[in-house]
Amino acid sequence: MSKNYFQVIRAGINTTFQDEGRKNLYHVGIPFSGAMDKRNYLLSNKLVGNKMNSPVLEFAYQGPLLKYFGNRIDIAITGDINFKIKKRNTIIDGNCYESLNLENGDEVDILSTNKSVYGYLAIGGQIDLKYQWSSCSTNTKAIIGANDGKKFENEQKIHISKLNNHLVEKKLNYINTKIENIRIIKGTNFDYFSDKGKKIFLENEFIVSKLTDRMGMRLEGPKIENIVDTNIKSEGLVKGVIQVTADGNPIIMLSDHGTIGGYPKIGVVISADYDKLVQISPGSKIKFKQVDLSSAENLFKLYDLETQNLISQIE
Amino acid sequence: MIKNILNLGDAALYCDFGKEINRETNTHVIRYFKSIQKENIISINNLSPSYNKLIISFDLKKTNFKDLKRLIENLDITNEDDLENKKIEVPVCCDENFALDIVRLENKLNLKREKIYENFFSKEFFCYMTGFIAGMPFLGDLSKNMRAKRLETPRVRVPKGSVALTEQFANIYTFESPGGWNVIGNSPLRIFDSSKKENPNLINQGDIVLFKEISKNQYENYNE
Repeated sequence: MSKNYFQVIRAGINTTFQDEGRKNLYHVGIPFSGAMDKRNYLLSNKLVGNKMNSPVLEFAYQGPLLKYFGNRIDIAITGDINFKIKKRNTIIDGNCYESLNLENGDEVDILSTNKSVYGYLAIGGQIDLKYQWSSCSTNTKAIIGANDGKKFENEQKIHISKLNNHLVEKKLNYINTKIENIRIIKGTNFDYFSDKGKKIFLENEFIVSKLTDRMGMRLEGPKIENIVDTNIKSEGLVKGVIQVTADGNPIIMLSDHGTIGGYPKIGVVISADYDKLVQISPGSKIKFKQVDLSSAENLFKLYDLETQNLISQIE
Repeated sequence: MIKNILNLGDAALYCDFGKEINRETNTHVIRYFKSIQKENIISINNLSPSYNKLIISFDLKKTNFKDLKRLIENLDITNEDDLENKKIEVPVCCDENFALDIVRLENKLNLKREKIYENFFSKEFFCYMTGFIAGMPFLGDLSKNMRAKRLETPRVRVPKGSVALTEQFANIYTFESPGGWNVIGNSPLRIFDSSKKENPNLINQGDIVLFKEISKNQYENYNE
């Protein structure tokens, strides 16, 4: 095996390999997957000089504790993360959005995500991973992708087959802004709900449930009354779709969502707000605001421009 | 043919083929799906054909709803009946350890289990779509006297391989998964194989499926 590797001392709660995800497989039942928060994923790769579509480690809540063995290597962590770097004689509080180098025996201890959910660790080099359908994103439900389709486990290793050339230290001044308001477009079954139900959906606050994962975000709040049918004939789903189940609670489809669903679609989260949506942690409030299609398209252009601008600041 | 194209959010087209759920409508959906697939349109991320809908999700950085809608409306859709309709035989063991809901189904349908199985095994099924979980086929149609609703409370874990019924459809759980369909048996056949890159699904849209009863002993010694 390769001589450069990380030993996973503590796997963390939900640590997986993710990249841009896999396309054109919804029809066989395989979702897009990929990094939940795309902006932070891209920034992490840029900070270590990787290709933008390289796989990274995605973690949630509590991340992994990793010990490195090998030649000097660059890493970067993005998100809103509390982590430490343990060197031979010192412990350093880590800063997000800057490249750091590790030497033989150094440890990275990712303690927690601060009032957010996901964080990313990019490794400057090529990780030895299995690709399935042009992506190594791990999908634990279909058991596909890197790491045999499983979450990280204690004691496993991450082998690096090739290290990047060393770079001058890279740094970005960036703070993740938190939002409570998520903008949506009306769904194809919006009229399945009573006027009162629609008003509740658009004006009340909901709480993000603990039963939230990479597949979906469940919300709790006042019931959204359905006046037509609590089932529709099963049909395709896309990420961001908000279905309302028979009990009147909304559930938002996230990156590992089931590809087919039979609950009415009350709304769809706009593409510009997806990265921020996935970072809203269980117990937090969320409120929906309706926009039209052309505003959603413009908001995405702005968001994407902002992301490109951040990436270019790392050059 | 497509009756109507709406937007599903800002990055998907929602193509409606009409209210009726039958093989004819679904064949239209499948023809569109295959024709669009052949075009290799770079801005399209995913196609989701279902009974009477086709959802086309796209990369908002490369196109938008209006432009892609126009492109889809002007596509030449094959009218030829070139759908393969592969025939697949699926072995099912109906041992009571597998037939988790047979008693419930006897009561719901007011039919004896012998009759339920006789109906089920004599039927030729058509695959309308695959998905929810990887490779799960949605097969129809069960005759009217075989149609039952989902379980009141869905199971947290339906065992892998379970063969189950609801309304006019039958399906096969390709993975252990939550689910609310009425389970009548279990198949040892591998329906989803992720090592098959070109097509991991044994059963695809438009295929014909026949179920064949096997004994517990045949199930245990099943060899593909």
